[in-house]
Amino acid sequence: MKKAVITVVGKDSVGIIARVCTYMADCNVNILDISQTIVDGYFNMMMIVDITEVDHDFAGFSGKIIEIGEELGMDIHCQREDIFESMHRI
Amino acid sequence: MINLYEVSQTNHMIESENLDVRTITLGISLTDCISDSIDVLCKRIYDKITRLGRDLVKTGEEIEKEFGIPVVNKRVSVTPIALVGASACKVEEDYVRIAKTLDKAAQDIGINFIGGYSALVPKAMTPAEEMFIRSIPKALSVTECVCSSVVAGSTRTGINMDAVRVMGRIVRKTAELTAAEDSIGCAKLVVLCNAPDDNPFMAGSFLGVTEGDSVINVGVSGPGVVRHALEGAHGMSFAELCDMIKKTAFKITRVGQLVAGRACEMLDVPMGIIDLSLAPTPAVGDSIADILTEMGLEHAGAPGTTAALALLNDQVKKGGVMAASYVGGLSGAFIPVSEDASMALSAANGTISIEKLEAMTCVCSVGLDMIAIPGDTSETTLSGIMADEMAIGMVNGKTTAVRIIPVIGKKAGERAHFGGLLGDAPIIPVGKGDCSEFIGRNGRIPAPIHSFKN
Repeated sequence: MKKAVITVVGKDSVGIIARVCTYMADCNVNILDISQTIVDGYFNMMMIVDITEVDHDFAGFSGKIIEIGEELGMDIHCQREDIFESMHRI
Repeated sequence: MINLYEVSQTNHMIESENLDVRTITLGISLTDCISDSIDVLCKRIYDKITRLGRDLVKTGEEIEKEFGIPVVNKRVSVTPIALVGASACKVEEDYVRIAKTLDKAAQDIGINFIGGYSALVPKAMTPAEEMFIRSIPKALSVTECVCSSVVAGSTRTGINMDAVRVMGRIVRKTAELTAAEDSIGCAKLVVLCNAPDDNPFMAGSFLGVTEGDSVINVGVSGPGVVRHALEGAHGMSFAELCDMIKKTAFKITRVGQLVAGRACEMLDVPMGIIDLSLAPTPAVGDSIADILTEMGLEHAGAPGTTAALALLNDQVKKGGVMAASYVGGLSGAFIPVSEDASMALSAANGTISIEKLEAMTCVCSVGLDMIAIPGDTSETTLSGIMADEMAIGMVNGKTTAVRIIPVIGKKAGERAHFGGLLGDAPIIPVGKGDCSEFIGRNGRIPAPIHSFKN
């Protein structure tokens, strides 16, 4: 299974998760883990998702997620999990 | 599974601490391009570089998107041109034609630098190599992306003082030909001792003759990340300080290893080495001098600087070695003055001198790097500075290099502007005294004895 990490940071508002997750569902991307906190009104979410279905065009998938972030006024990143695994696991 | 803290730590390093992969350098062997005809040679060189390097930039950009980390430079290094062109080049201008070919190939595949306009003459020069070296000033003045290097000494051969003498003249000539742009040609010209065959960093990058047909070498960076980590290390012992640097270097290097692996897979090119380096940029906070300050020095150049740098350099290697499958290149902390805003500030304030920088090169990566000096510096003084640096490398069995820029028309206290990653630097004075009789001697300094280390 290929995994990616999606992080969403920005001012809290209605429908952030809904918007991001709808797009993911359209792409057949399954959420494996999700954690979310709000600190001082700032929304902070991290999802670990299964990207097997979009692996062939990951750049396209992540580009669209970033676009959605811009529309929402949120800072969204979508990175392959490997960078975190490499850095934090021996 | 990865947790939120780890994810935000990584992303903070990238966004706020300038963590990046400094360079993916594709090494391309040109030995199979050799021909008696300069036309055929240039065509083969152009074809091979553009064929193998066609997807390099695209690959780098794709990796940036996949992992969310900037890959700052995508570059190419080639077999030393003095060798490749030896049978085809009859006059200096023929070598310049090869330089133009390299420049065109580099621009057509979209890279910013191509290295390997080089000669390996640590012991002696062939007539072709002498002719090649004479072509360097012209080659650097008519091209944009070409980087040149000359290996003039090694621990095993000693120092080729004939080459050092010539290089004093060549650096000066290059400065004169590019005087309109603050002698920027010299920023792309380096004289080396004990040069590695697999260095991914410009300007001294070339693909050594010991290498295969093509190879990916990756240079990592991250002075800002180390500095940030050390913000929490005030009051700690040396053991704790060292552990902190090692852990950070490990993390930085693992990213380099990941990127190198992915680039090799995408380009179908074998992996060479990871260069474990801390390479500063002119960006605020991305500075080696700032790390030294964070370790407890008032400014770079203060007493204790050499010791702090030695510690830093060693811990970076110790942390990085475990994170990478193969390590090579120049591996260590770089101290290029113009490319490190705080180092340049120290130089401008007079708190760091060329002599102190020379002492620092005994314990860290490379050497006198990107130092702007007065434009009226004589060619024998330039050779003298080179000989000193070569001697440090030769005796200590390490790579050393000289990339100094005599800025024509400017004197000590003024500033030189190079732009981009090359930054800008104050012009600092060089030591007084004449060395022309010493430099004027023919031959080479013999290789040092490897026993009785004192």
